[in-house]
Parts: sequence; C-alpha cells; structure tokens
Amino acid sequence: MRLSYSADVKIIQVPCTGRVDILHLLNAVEDGADGVYVAGCLEGECHYIEGNLKARRKVAHVKKILTELGIEPERVEMYNLSSAQGARFAEIANEMAERIRALGPTPVKNHTAA
Amino acid sequence: MIVADRKSLEEILGMVADNKKILILGCKGCVTVCNVGGLKEVEILTSSLKIARKKAGNPIDIDIQVLERQCDTEYVAELGEAVNDYDSVISMACGVGPQFLSEMYKTQTFYPAVNTTFFGGATQHGVWEERCAGCGTCGIHMFGGLCPIARCAKSLLHGPCGGSSKGICEVNADTECIWDSIVKKKMEAGQLADLMGVRGLKDWTTARDGGPRRSIREELVQGNI
Amino acid sequence: MSELKSGSNLEKVLKAGHFAFTGECGPPKGANVKHLKEKFKYLKGNVDCVNLTDNQTAVVRMSSLAASALMVTEGLEPNFQMVCRDRNRLAMMSDILGAHALGIRNMLCLSGDHQSFGNHPQAKNVHDIDSMQLIALVKKMRDEGKFMNGDDIDVPPELFVGAACNPFADPYEYRVYRLANKITAGADFIQTQCIFNMEKFRDFMKKVVDMGLHERCYILAGVTPMKNAGMANFMKKFVPGMDIPDALIARLKGVEKKDQAEEGIKFALEQVAEFKEMEGVAGVHMMAIEWEHMVPEIAERAGVLPRPVV
Ligand code: SF4
Ligand code: SF4
Repeated sequence: MRLSYSADVKIIQVPCTGRVDILHLLNAVEDGADGVYVAGCLEGECHYIEGNLKARRKVAHVKKILTELGIEPERVEMYNLSSAQGARFAEIANEMAERIRALGPTPVKNHTAA
Repeated sequence: MIVADRKSLEEILGMVADNKKILILGCKGCVTVCNVGGLKEVEILTSSLKIARKKAGNPIDIDIQVLERQCDTEYVAELGEAVNDYDSVISMACGVGPQFLSEMYKTQTFYPAVNTTFFGGATQHGVWEERCAGCGTCGIHMFGGLCPIARCAKSLLHGPCGGSSKGICEVNADTECIWDSIVKKKMEAGQLADLMGVRGLKDWTTARDGGPRRSIREELVQGNI
Repeated sequence: MSELKSGSNLEKVLKAGHFAFTGECGPPKGANVKHLKEKFKYLKGNVDCVNLTDNQTAVVRMSSLAASALMVTEGLEPNFQMVCRDRNRLAMMSDILGAHALGIRNMLCLSGDHQSFGNHPQAKNVHDIDSMQLIALVKKMRDEGKFMNGDDIDVPPELFVGAACNPFADPYEYRVYRLANKITAGADFIQTQCIFNMEKFRDFMKKVVDMGLHERCYILAGVTPMKNAGMANFMKKFVPGMDIPDALIARLKGVEKKDQAEEGIKFALEQVAEFKEMEGVAGVHMMAIEWEHMVPEIAERAGVLPRPVV
C-alpha cells in the first residue's frame, strides 16, 4: 500500500519524541516554518516510558510562548499514532497541512531590509 | 535559594525595542536551579525574542552567555569590554546580577529579565515556596522550626489570627496558615507553654528596615584563611 | 469597686457588676460628619460604649481616632479600635497619646484584616508588632508610664484595654490559650467575634470558666443580627473565621423574605437572653452592621434598657 501525503511536510526523524526539545520547535518557527508537529507513539506505548508525554508538555509550552507572541498556537501540534498506522500518518500530515493552509503563511518572515 | 519568575515577553520586548544587537546573560546559580535563568531559559528567551522581532519585521541579533554567578565580581569581570559591543544586555539572574553588572560596566544598560520573588525552595517539581524573609535575626527554633515572619501574612508572633480556618490562611485558599502548623506541632509535642507569654517587640534593625545591610567577616577581609 | 484604670463608662459599668451592652459604628467612607452624627443618635443612651472600627476589612474610611474624638464631643463613649496592619510602633504610641488627649478612654487592639480584602490591596502592610504586643504596649504606657524604649511618658494615657477573641477560628483547641495569653498581656476586656454557633460557644465558655479566665477579664459576647438569609450565606462563604450553622440559614429561609429581618433579630434576642445567664459572660457586644437605626429597638426588646448610669 502506497500512501500519499502532503508534499509540504518535511520529516525529521528522532529516536523518540522525548528527544524533541522546546528549542527544536522554537527554532523551526524562528527559521520560518509555517507549522511544526510532533508525531509520537500512542500514549502508554512509549518505548522509553514517557518520552511522548514529555513531548506533549513541551508542545504545550511552545504553544504558550507563541500565544504570548501573538502567533497562532495551532501552528504547533502533538499527535500520537502507532508505527503500524500508516494511513493515520498520512491523514495527520494532510490534516496539519490543511490547517496551516487555512492559517496562511507564518508571520515570522526573514524580511530583507527595505 | 533565591527564587524568581520570568518577566513577560511583552515587557522584555519593550525594554529592547530600540536595540538591534543585544546580549542575554544567564547565571548558573539559584536561577538555574529554579529553572528561570540558566542556559536553557536563556536559549528559549533568545529564540522567543528573535521570533517576535522577525514577525515585526525588525530582526534582532542576540548573543548569549551564562556566567558561573552574576553575584560575584570575579565572574562578572570575565565579560570584559566586549560587553560594550551590544546595544544593551538582558540579565536573567536575580536582582543582584544586573546590579553587579551595572556597577562594573557603568556605561552599559542592563535589563532584568526576571522578577526576583523570595528565598525558598521547591516543594514539588515546578512549585517553589517562600521560607525566609531575611529578617536578620533568626528565631525559627522558637516556633517549631517554622518561620512566622516570612510565612504568616501578618508576621504574627503570638499565634494564629482570627481568620485562620482549617489550616488555611485568610489571605487566599492556596496559602497554608503557618500558625496552624506551628500551634499543632507544639501542642502535639506538649510544648504549648513555649508559645505563651508576650515576646519583646521584634528588633527590625537587622531587617531591611535598618537600611541596606552588610556582612563583614574581618578574618576574610584581611585575606584568605 | 477596685481602683479604676481608665475611668471609662464601660469600665465603671463592668466593675459595678452590670451586664454590659456595647455597640459598633463604622466611620463613613468620606468626611461626612453629619452622617456619622446621625448614626450616633441611634446609639446614644442605648449602649455603654461604641466601637469605632479602624479601616474595617481594609477598606479606607475616616480614621477611627477622629471618629472616636467626634463621638466624645457628642457625649457618647467611644471604644477606639486600632489594627496592627496600618501603623508601626511610633504611630501607635503617638495615636494612643492622642486618643487620651482627645478624651478617649477605651481602646480595642486588633491584628486587622489583611489588606487583600479591602479596596487598596496593593498596599504595603506594617505588622511591626502584633495584637498581643499592642495590648502589652498600651498596658505598659498606662501602668508604667513608659514608652516601649523605657523612656518616661509625661502624663501617661489612661485607657481601658480591650482585645478580640474568635472562638470560631482554627485551631479551636488553641483558641482558649490565645485568649488566656491576651489576658496575661493586659487585656481588661474581650469582645468576641460574632457568635452564631451557640453550641460551640457554650463549649468554649466552659473552657474559659474552667481556666478561670472570666475572673481575670470581662468577656463580652459578640452578636450580629442577620438581616436576611442572603447575608448569612454571604458571611458563611466569604468571611474567614466565621462559623454560621446551616440550621440558622434554614431558619431564616424558613420564613418569608420580608420577615427574615425579624427572624434574625429574634435569634439575636434569644442569644442575648442566653448570654445574660451564661457563666463567664459579662455583657454583649452588639454589632448591628450598617443597621445602627435598629439598635434602639434591639436594646429595648433585649431588656437591657435603661443603661446604668455609673
Ligand atoms: S526568622 Fe528571619 S531569618 Fe529566620 S527564617 Fe524567618 S525571616 Fe528568615
Ligand atoms: S490566617 Fe494564619 S498565616 Fe494567615 S495571617 Fe492569620 S495567622 Fe497569619
């Protein structure tokens, strides 16, 4: 089964979502990403016990910072799915791409001096 | 340790609104332990400010550094004249840091990024509570080892006021009435008599009321021992 | 009658063995002397002295010292309240001297509600000394003629020293000891917090009598007539250290709205009747909050009129 998902999504692999840091998410936004999401294992099924739960808390923290900066917090999200759920993976990618499209491009632009 | 809370991004952004290049200085002392001004927090603040300024079409250059301690001239001196390469400097240390910095580098502007709140410790992960008000004359042993100066909203010395209810202070539902704990502890230990009688009026000259305080250890002033 | 400490009417009434009946009056939120004097009218002749509250619940009002002085000129006897929240020891001692100079002869020493309850919650509080020490301070000024630093006072203040007691605050087992300590510190009389839970108060007074505290000090039981069930509910929910039994709320709710005030007064009168008989209780402190005009009727129906002339 070949699954197609939005070509706008760039995947960065990590051994466990627990490895994802607040700064990874913030730096992505800082560098102009329109949205960032973390796809972790199902809750309760983390190989490292609670990596995905930590990731969820970090995502929540980043949402808070973005809100404070007047940026839509929906640009950052946490999803959980198992490695067997290929269809769900594609669905999430499309869902997120759809969401970001609706929000429009990031307000964080590398403006060139006028 | 000294506990502090980060100021809002809005307030910090306002401080450096006219600056193009700044330095954010963390501290490895108390503020690292209470997760407010160590390397991690310096990096998060840096990224947050950069995002905000890019969004506003007015990007900002930020360098970062974390000093061993900002309350020590020896470490503050490490910065050297390079500190003047920046439009301004944000210190993430407690209120002592930006003052030591201001005193050493007289022409530079140092902004405090945190609100220094109290002397205390973490009672659970993510929760810090006040324990001492630095009154300069410690007497906690008279109160079952619990400080009513810092922990009673009215700094009472003779038992709980009329607003103490079910162990909670009248000030708000999240605050324990420390006098409730002191009294219960003393009653259980059969030492109620320790709380009776009228104590002499507290001498506040050793507290901030006596003016700025100073500690002098003669033997150290003369050299290392 | 033993030697008088202050010569206040309240002191004389109590020392003569009469059942005291004191009132309360909140100074205006402004300099409205006319309004204040109107309130005095309802109290004059119906109570032995009147408490003038000191920025009660931390809401700014005319100073209790000024209002007490105005009361003296109107021929009523004030009980000047002072809280530890707003004054340091210098201001306290100077106001105590001022109070005596203005003809004030009773004073009530209190901690004071925390400023967060009031209308200037951003204020810095003082709490240089606490209410226990304030009692001892007034006593020292009066009996030893000395300031707290030991210097002599040129004409010491003569004040009958009062203190508060809340048997309904926690921890309950400790409350009687705190009362004992206030008496040791120098309290001549005690006015309790408003009593609604009679069962608990009976138990408390039993402890007081067992410890012989009533023989060392005059204890006045605090009574506040409820205006309606809403007021009872509000106090239960929002006033810390207030013990309002559900049975009382049910009793008020049990009558029609227009009759609730009368029911509240009836309960207060039943309380006064019981206090008259209760061992250790030397009088009643009637706190008719913003209801001063009802005091003549309440006093009449409570059978405490005419007030003794001593
Ligand atoms: S008594 Fe003074 S020094 Fe001791 S803990 Fe309390 S505030 Fe700090
Ligand atoms: S309730 Fe307890 S902690 Fe709060 S002010 Fe009163 S005595 Fe102090």
